[in-house]
Amino acid sequence: MTEFFGQWMPYEWAWLTATIAGILLIALPLMLSVAMIIYADRKIWAAMALRRGPNVVGPWGLLQSFADGLKVMLQETIIPAAANKGLFLIAPIITFTVALMAWAVIPFNSGAILADINVGLLYVLAISSLGVYGTVIAGWASNSKYPFFSAMRASAQMISYEVSIGFILICVVLWADSFNMNAIVLAQREHNILGIFNGFGFNPLLFPMAVMFLISGMAETQRAPFDLTEAESELVAGYQTEYSSMAFALYWLGEYANVLLMCALNATLFWGGWLPPIEWAPLYLIPGWLWLFIKIFVFFFIFSWVKATVPRYRYDQLMRLGWKVFLPVSLGFVVLVSGYLMLTRYGA
Amino acid sequence: MIQLFAFYLFAAIMLVAASLTILSRNPVHSVLWLIVAFFNAAGLMVLLGAEFIAMLLVIVYVGAVAVLFLFVVMMLDIDFAELRAGFIRNFPLGILLAAVLAGELLLGLGAVGKGGIALGTPDGSAAVPADISNIQAIGQLLYTKYLFLFEAAGIILLVAMVGAIVLTHRKRPGVRGQNVPRQNARRPEEATVNMQPEVGKGVQL
Repeated sequence: MTEFFGQWMPYEWAWLTATIAGILLIALPLMLSVAMIIYADRKIWAAMALRRGPNVVGPWGLLQSFADGLKVMLQETIIPAAANKGLFLIAPIITFTVALMAWAVIPFNSGAILADINVGLLYVLAISSLGVYGTVIAGWASNSKYPFFSAMRASAQMISYEVSIGFILICVVLWADSFNMNAIVLAQREHNILGIFNGFGFNPLLFPMAVMFLISGMAETQRAPFDLTEAESELVAGYQTEYSSMAFALYWLGEYANVLLMCALNATLFWGGWLPPIEWAPLYLIPGWLWLFIKIFVFFFIFSWVKATVPRYRYDQLMRLGWKVFLPVSLGFVVLVSGYLMLTRYGA
Repeated sequence: MIQLFAFYLFAAIMLVAASLTILSRNPVHSVLWLIVAFFNAAGLMVLLGAEFIAMLLVIVYVGAVAVLFLFVVMMLDIDFAELRAGFIRNFPLGILLAAVLAGELLLGLGAVGKGGIALGTPDGSAAVPADISNIQAIGQLLYTKYLFLFEAAGIILLVAMVGAIVLTHRKRPGVRGQNVPRQNARRPEEATVNMQPEVGKGVQL
C-alpha cells in the first residue's frame, strides 16, 4: 500500500498514509463484525436454549446490535459521586483500545498484514497482558465493593493463564522457528505426516497444545465458563456495575473484539490462518482472508457453544486448572516438543 | 522525521510520567504513571532497534510486575494526612539518596564520555549482526558464551521461589480442603435419593 500512495507523495508521508489507511481498513470492518458477532452469539445461545433470540429489529433481527448501540449512545453517562472521575472514564477506553491494538500483527492473507514485525507473537502477548488494566482500573476507580472484588479476581485470573499461554506459544515458536506471524502461518503448510493438512493442530504433538490454548483463551478473555469477573450471582455485574451508556458499551465491544482476537489467534497459530485446511490446489481459489474468517467463525461458534452449555467454574477450580493442570502439562510439552525437534530437525 | 518526532514524543511523555510517579499524592496514581513510563521506555527501545527488549519490558514489567504492584497498592488504606506528616522527617534521607543517585549518573555519563567504558568495539565485532533478528542474536550469545551465568540466574530464581514458599507456608489445623479426584469420581447415584413421600408425611433421610 505504501507504493500505491508513493505515487503522489514522498516515501515517509506515503508510509504514514498507508499505515493510517491500513488501521482504518482493519478497525472499521472489525467494529462491524463485532456488532454482527454479538448478534450471532445471541442467536446461537438462544438456539441452544430453545428460544428464538433477537428477531424483531430488521430482517431476522439482524439490526439488533445497531439498535442497542443507538440506545446506549442516547443514554446519559452516570458517574458515581465517590468515583475517581478521570480513571473511571479512562478504563473503558483502555479496554477498547487494547482490544483493537493486537489486530496489527494478524495476517489476513499472504503479505496482508499491517505490521510485519519480527516479534509479532511477543507483541500479541504484550498487548494481551495490557488488557487486565481496563478491568482493574475500572474496579478501583468505581469505589464500590463488587467492582473491586471483580478487579482482584481479574488480575489474578489473567496473570495465571498468561503463564501457560506463554509456554503453549513457545511450542508453536519452536516448531515454526520464528516469532513472525506470517512465517508461523507459512510454516504450517503441508505440516503433517501425510503432508496434506495445513495446520499445527493436525500434528499429534501439538494438538493437545491447541486444545489448551482454546481453553486458556476462554479464561484470558473472561468468557464463560471462566467469567468470574462478572459472575452476576455473586458480584452483580462485576467491574461494569457502576458503568452506564457509552462507557458500558465500550466494555461490551472491547470484550467481543477480544474474543474475536482469541479466535483469530487460535486459527492463525494452530489451524493454518489464511491457508486452506487441506493442501489441494482448487481450495486456493477461495481467497485467504475468507479462509481466516471461516476459521474465526468456527472458533467463535465453539466459544458460544461452551458459553451456552458449560456451568461457571468456582474460583478455586479456576486457579487449580491454571496452576496445577495447565502449567505443568504445557511445561512438559515444551520439553517434549524441543526434544523431538532436537532429534528430528537438528539431528543431535 | 517520523522517527525524530516519535523519539521526542516517547521521551517527553516518559519524563513527565516518571516525575508524576513521585509527585502524585495517591499511590495508585503513582503506579499508573509508572506503567505509562514503562510503556514509553518500550517505545524508545523499539526506536533503538531492540524490539525484543521492548516487548519483554511490556510483558514482564507492565503485564506482570506492575499488576502485582497495583494489586497491593489498591488494597492500602490511604491516610493522606499521615502521608504528609512523615515528609519533613524523611526529607534529609531523601535528599541524600537523590544526591547519591545523581552522583552515580554523572559518574557513569562522564566515564562513557571519556571513553572509560567500551560500548562495543569500533570495528563492530561486538555489535549485533545486521542480518539476524535480535532474538537470534541474544540467543546465540546467551546459550553459548554466557550459558553458566544464565543457568546460575535460573537456579538462584528457583531457590528464591522455593524459599518464599517455604517461609510463607504454614500448616493450619481444621482446614477442609478440596479433594478434587474424589469430587470428580462422585456420581449422582451416591449423592441423590429419589423419594415419593405421601402428602403431609415428609421425608426421613
